[in-house]
Amino acid sequence: MKTYDAIVVGAGHNGLTNAAFLAKAGLDVLCVEKNEYIGGATVSRNLYKDWIYSNASYVCSLLRPEIFRALELSRHGLQITPYGGGTVFMQKGGYLGSYPDHDVHHREYSRFSKNDADAYERFSADTMRQCRFVRDFLLRTPADPTSFKPKDLKRLAHLGSKFFEMGEDRMYDTIRFWTMSVAEYLDEYFETDVIKAALSGSGIIGTALGIHSPGTAYVLLHHYMGEVDGNMGAWGFARGGMGAVAEAIAGAFQAYGGELRRDAGVEQILVKRGKVKGVALTNGEEIDARIVVSGMDVKRTFLKCMDKKDLPADFYHRVENFKIRGSSGKLNIALDGMPSFPALPKGSPLLDGDMHFIDSMERMERAYDDWKEGTWSKDPYVDMVIPTVSDPTMAPPGKHFMSCFVQYCPAKINGREWKPEEREAFGQTVIDQIAEYSPDFKDLILHVEVRTPKEIEDEAGLTEGNIFHGELTMDQLMFNRPVPGYAQYRAPVAGLYMCGSSTHPGGGVIAAPGANAAREILFDLSRSNTVPETFGDD
Amino acid sequence: MTIQEVQLDRKKSPFYSRQAKLDRLNQWHEWKGYSSADAFYNAELEYFAIRNSTAVFDLTPMTKYRITGPDSLDYIDRLVTRDMRKIKPGRVAYAVWCDDQGQVIDDGTIFHLMEGEYRLCSQERHMEWLTAAAIGLDVNIKEETADIAALAVQGPTSYSVLKNLGLDGVENLKLFGLMDFDFEGTNLMVSRTGYTGDLGYELWIDPSKAEALWDALFEAGTNYGIMAIGTTALEQSRIEAGYLAAYEDFLPALATVRTGRSRSPFEIGLGWLVDFKKPNFNGRRALAREKRSGSTWRLVKLDIEGNKPASHSYIYTKKYGRFRQVGFVTSAAWSPICKHNIAIGTVRTPNGKVGDTLWVEIYYQREMHWTRLMAKAEVVGKPFWDPERRRVTPPGVY
Ligand SMILES: Cc1cc2nc3c(=O)[nH]c(=O)nc-3n(C[C@H](O)[C@H](O)[C@H](O)COP(=O)(O)OP(=O)(O)OC[C@H]3O[C@@H](n4cnc5c(N)ncnc54)[C@H](O)[C@@H]3O)c2cc1C
Repeated sequence: MKTYDAIVVGAGHNGLTNAAFLAKAGLDVLCVEKNEYIGGATVSRNLYKDWIYSNASYVCSLLRPEIFRALELSRHGLQITPYGGGTVFMQKGGYLGSYPDHDVHHREYSRFSKNDADAYERFSADTMRQCRFVRDFLLRTPADPTSFKPKDLKRLAHLGSKFFEMGEDRMYDTIRFWTMSVAEYLDEYFETDVIKAALSGSGIIGTALGIHSPGTAYVLLHHYMGEVDGNMGAWGFARGGMGAVAEAIAGAFQAYGGELRRDAGVEQILVKRGKVKGVALTNGEEIDARIVVSGMDVKRTFLKCMDKKDLPADFYHRVENFKIRGSSGKLNIALDGMPSFPALPKGSPLLDGDMHFIDSMERMERAYDDWKEGTWSKDPYVDMVIPTVSDPTMAPPGKHFMSCFVQYCPAKINGREWKPEEREAFGQTVIDQIAEYSPDFKDLILHVEVRTPKEIEDEAGLTEGNIFHGELTMDQLMFNRPVPGYAQYRAPVAGLYMCGSSTHPGGGVIAAPGANAAREILFDLSRSNTVPETFGDD
Repeated sequence: MTIQEVQLDRKKSPFYSRQAKLDRLNQWHEWKGYSSADAFYNAELEYFAIRNSTAVFDLTPMTKYRITGPDSLDYIDRLVTRDMRKIKPGRVAYAVWCDDQGQVIDDGTIFHLMEGEYRLCSQERHMEWLTAAAIGLDVNIKEETADIAALAVQGPTSYSVLKNLGLDGVENLKLFGLMDFDFEGTNLMVSRTGYTGDLGYELWIDPSKAEALWDALFEAGTNYGIMAIGTTALEQSRIEAGYLAAYEDFLPALATVRTGRSRSPFEIGLGWLVDFKKPNFNGRRALAREKRSGSTWRLVKLDIEGNKPASHSYIYTKKYGRFRQVGFVTSAAWSPICKHNIAIGTVRTPNGKVGDTLWVEIYYQREMHWTRLMAKAEVVGKPFWDPERRRVTPPGVY
């Protein structure tokens, strides 16, 4: 029977990235995916007539350009186009816009507060400074601070030098920043409630924390550190939906000679005499490999797909305690036409941007209160986009696809499973909120797909539907991700590696975990490296 | 309910209608949200209007604040590094202000309009910071950029033009002084200030009178070679005068992302504006420390051999035949009036003392092909252009 050089479990974008770099290095690689479609949370699906849904993730910014280039993703069909602007609708009428033009944006903030308009410059510079700090580490394996290996000492020295390079005052700021709440961070710049509400959303997306919870300032950063063509913080649409990202990486993988199997769920990762042996599929088939790389989250990998006997107890318990709480839901909607938003001026460019319907910090926090009480937010934070305003490929002409990301939505209702009628009610909550600002919205709805964390877990396999494969809190970042001592992509079984979003630098469509893991694997195999270095300062 | 919408297109100054009439080039850029012309007809001719007759530049978009209230003097005095108690009503002061680390936030001019009332004109917008800097003081700070229309009227015949406009008494206006006049029943403030380093004035008026003022001014200037100018000509003249531009010759501290990219006043040649006799001002402790231990950077004015402008050039020292890079040029121009090849740059100390010889690496393109040359550059102390007529009161009739 054939023995592969490596089996990558899960054709999420990280698994695929990992597989592609291994294949590029000349390894004989098999990638197995439990679903009949690939992409995991980076997926486009055709669930209603001619519509294509970005089913889970919906906008792209974090995807590392170094990887885009190294895997020649454009040759494999990937196009990311930036989109600009956004709106927060206000309950008592009016709106706050966000414009890509620098000075128009300044004028818009000035409508609310001249202080805030000017403070935005300082906020941008300070946030950019933190972004530059973390960006440098995205395509690097975290240092192990307890190790004296030359490689780790070098990594630590790099971390130290980047930190000291900031200068005394900014070092203080940085330390504060990493532990602050997004509300406190914004309070240092802004006075207007709706402006703070608008900016705070990035601090809680995908996170089981509220705007006042420590650590959410970092989550904001996680959403700002991306770019579209060097435009830091900009977000874009993948033409054809987010599945285009996974398809392009899969295309590269196959072009390097890799083998991709759909409908091939792994039941167990097999270990023999302390060394990985291969995988057993749910259909009973066993496949051998010298190396197994898991693109699943750590809980699924170690708690569900392995024999406890093969794992060290301490590690196992730490994985059990890894925070991976479900807090987000999603609605995918097919529309018969473009909904109107009468609060916006006719022809406003804001109609092409993202839309939000929470206009105060209090409402943001109350949305979190509901989650803490074990139910979905009755007045949720919705991040809504209509990619078809610029993408002609996702719906028939004149028709639209609307993506609504919803924060907060628990994995269980009061600790028990969701009931179908509750799922319906959750969807209705979101639809009602949008309809308050769009009178014709409900009439235009042709099809709705409502996804609570449960559906997200069932389909993409993210434990509790946590979009980042684990919370992005300080105790679970850098050399602590996923658990201390195992941040360098190696699992505690020889030949077994992790490459999903549970590893550094975390979740989002970023492809860095998959790439970093490939670099470590190739190092262990004494193969020449195929993973690109970071572009560095820009 | 009416739907509000922020103005999406560029703002137009109250002089726009008049400028548009003179415009032959359709070359505009953005300046703090306003449309501002690069040039109207020919940048070179516009430059010579500054040095030869009278040039009119629309500076309405420049950020302006009104500072009033019982503690306004204390406020301004703590804000900036120089001693504002010496600036009496009717006087204008060039000033620089810093953060607590002694890094320059911005520079600008402060007009002491009347007892306890100031106008601060800055390159950047700092409402948030200016407000924060008011702790413990009873002041009122209001941005008034759009409430005032402003024109720079600069050049050797500018005095004659204003005189011809009927501004009686303007002959007594001294450099850095300001005076109020009546213009068709509206207050017209005139200050003897400018960004060209020549004889010149700045005119400040209510926007409703902007067009009338423009018309009267051009009427009065017909026989004195009056000409509207854009930013290209102004930029050339300000380099000759040795004036600094934010984002070119220094970066406002609050906008810097990378460490070491901001500058202290000492590092941009503005040490003369720092007055340690004042017991307290923003950045004092850090600046005192820097004064003791020395600065990292020095601003240099360079007189460069040859005639190829040294824009974006590296600056080197040369020792024992070896070049060592010590800084870079931040602004450069060929000076048509001085016939010198001039530049402003930033170099690491101790390099760049007046009289030192440095080298700049110049790249220039002729018919697609690029040429590189190393040109000798003398560090000079004085501005390249600083004519006597700038100061003489009453000004001569040129
Ligand atoms: C609703 C939602 C919205 C999001 N929005 C955005 C966004 O707009 N922008 C953004 O950048 N990020 C977004 N994210 C986050 C981002 O999509 C994820 O962090 C990222 O896609 C995770 O990629 P991954 O490759 O690490 O894991 P996954 O995508 O989870 O891939 C894991 C793969 O493993 C497969 N698998 C699981 N178990 C098995 C098994 N036993 N055998 C075989 N295969 C298995 C799964 O089917 C899946 O394909 C969102 C996530 C969600 C859920």
